[in-house]
Amino acid sequence: MTAQTLYDKLWQAHVVRSEDDGTALLYIDRHLVHEVTSPQAFEGLALARRPLWRVGSIVATADHNTPTVDQSDIRDPISKVQVETLAANCQAFGVTLYPMGDRRQGIVHVMGPEQGATLPGMTVVCGDSHTSTHGAFAALAFGIGTSEVEHVMATQTLVARPSRTLRLSVEGQLAAGVTAKDVALFLIGRIGTAGGTGYAIEFAGSVIRALSMEGRMTLCNMAIEAGARAGLVAADEITFAYLKGRPYAPQDKHWSLALDYWRTLHSDEGAVFDRDLVFDAADIEPLVTWGTSPEMVVGIRDRVPDPWAEADPVRRQGMERALQYMGLIAGTPMREIAVDKIFIGSCTNSRIEDLRAAATVVQGRHVAATVKLAMVVPGSGLVKAQAEAEGLDRVFLDAGFEWRHPGCSMCLGMNEDRLSPGERCASTSNRNFEGRQGTGGRTHLVSPAMAAAAAIAGHFVDVRESF
Amino acid sequence: MRAFTALNGLVVPLDRANVDTDAIIPKQFLKSIHRSGFGPNLFDAWRYQDEGQPGQDNHQRHVNPDFVLNQARYQGGEILLTRENFGCGSSREHAPWALDDYGFRVILAPSFADIFFNNCFKNGLLPIVLESKIIDDLFRDVEASPGYRLTVDLASCRLTLPSGTSLPFAVDAFRRDCLLRGLDEIGLTLEHAEAIRTYETGRAQREPWIFV
Ligand code: SF4
Repeated sequence: MTAQTLYDKLWQAHVVRSEDDGTALLYIDRHLVHEVTSPQAFEGLALARRPLWRVGSIVATADHNTPTVDQSDIRDPISKVQVETLAANCQAFGVTLYPMGDRRQGIVHVMGPEQGATLPGMTVVCGDSHTSTHGAFAALAFGIGTSEVEHVMATQTLVARPSRTLRLSVEGQLAAGVTAKDVALFLIGRIGTAGGTGYAIEFAGSVIRALSMEGRMTLCNMAIEAGARAGLVAADEITFAYLKGRPYAPQDKHWSLALDYWRTLHSDEGAVFDRDLVFDAADIEPLVTWGTSPEMVVGIRDRVPDPWAEADPVRRQGMERALQYMGLIAGTPMREIAVDKIFIGSCTNSRIEDLRAAATVVQGRHVAATVKLAMVVPGSGLVKAQAEAEGLDRVFLDAGFEWRHPGCSMCLGMNEDRLSPGERCASTSNRNFEGRQGTGGRTHLVSPAMAAAAAIAGHFVDVRESF
Repeated sequence: MRAFTALNGLVVPLDRANVDTDAIIPKQFLKSIHRSGFGPNLFDAWRYQDEGQPGQDNHQRHVNPDFVLNQARYQGGEILLTRENFGCGSSREHAPWALDDYGFRVILAPSFADIFFNNCFKNGLLPIVLESKIIDDLFRDVEASPGYRLTVDLASCRLTLPSGTSLPFAVDAFRRDCLLRGLDEIGLTLEHAEAIRTYETGRAQREPWIFV
């Protein structure tokens, strides 16, 4: 048998039928649902009087609109309607919902894996582009639009065509202070935000094998920022150890049956990828974005780049526009850029390991007086509880951080957590688009340790030196 | 779904690369539980000088006169001409809903982000990938000639310029068929319900834990 990539194995295992041109009906195992992209899908089903194909495949939670200070009520009436609509739909269709206030509630890409709802070998979809996160479990996971949400609800399938395959290998060992987030930003900086378009990316190499599940999720989470709908990491003992005993994970005799299959979920020796790139871990340092696209990224010891050094006119114009929006001058050392707000959270970096990394930097120090707000938003109620059990909440509170309830929060500011126009934020989220964290807000993407260090210093600093 | 067959429409140039779906329709408008009504807030942060809120009367707001959608010569545009990686970022289908609600039917770009590209077809919107060279020429011609219109014919997969020149474009056969006939994809898939059930039975034997 010819050597297969992990992607090919996952794809083939889910094809219900296929057309001559390669279009396939792909079976979907797990469907994650949140309040923003599902109401129109449920409405469509109700109008057409179509039932859910397999209600047990769906796990729902409210995350985008939920407040992080006081969860007794949602003050914004429009947000409230959206969250209530989700609850009503879940009730009407019999869907399992983890509502605001439930300890297991959280950002869908944090709470799903935490419950064991994402398993190796599955297809996982959600009306959310960061569904790529779940590929960390050797699952074929990708974001879909609301029409497709409805299609999956009604048929348990999607009409899809196979992606091309791209392997990004990172070999060697990460230096101290360099994290999975830096690896993600580094790779996006190298291949560009459209570099993965049309591809499923498999992350491989000794660096990825050494990452925890949290780190792998951070990496796969940002595959979409490189243009790829899906990111993948081979299943291994780290994957299995993470899953064992989680509520949705197989139990007893199913567990050993599952392990037998899961151990085959890697690319075979000699498998051929459409594109195959190898990077050296020694080239990766802590990174900071300077512009309005995740590919606009430099090392912490670098300077804001000069558009005039760019030959391509469309790119140059894009850089100039980004600098203007960001209120930055070419040539400024990144370490001299002062920040107004710090956001540690989002489906990229709000897991326990992220909070531990930030707390290590913060321990015994205080947020700079010039910083208006530094906040930590755990990814789920269970992450929050775990952090509190470890005393991390005290570390953050003592240093002058705010310790919030879980949700998407200032990653996109659909709730009240937002940047004001002109405010500059060191953020552990995944998108630095114009207005993403609030109209006129300026986002710099960094790792949790780098965000914590910026909070203490009041400006960006190299976490390797100062801490 | 509304069918798309052919169109002769005014072209609007949006000369930016990497236009993300946050820019196409900002987050505050995603709180709606409906599919329509997003058109007035398409490109909201670029189109208006103040921050928009859902439910607001947009006629009372300060428009940004420099933004292309606010220029007199581009009123009534149905074809959007833009740059690389259009529709990147969030999977929100509100982006094609907003473009559609505004009146766009066709988008021309050298490349699109995958999820956005897919979402367009579900809403009767036709995204067309053209070579960068052709896109560059179109930008030049559109800016030089007010009232510039193109004819897009999906049946023959051809684009006709005002000069009479006709250019081919490619669309995947299944999508083209669905769009031409305005087919309900869920209904089509349900014709294969038996095959889906058979597949499930097989999977349940091999991976029983998926179905508990
Ligand atoms: S944390 Fe941000 S990126 Fe992640 S699901 Fe929520 S809004 Fe989307």
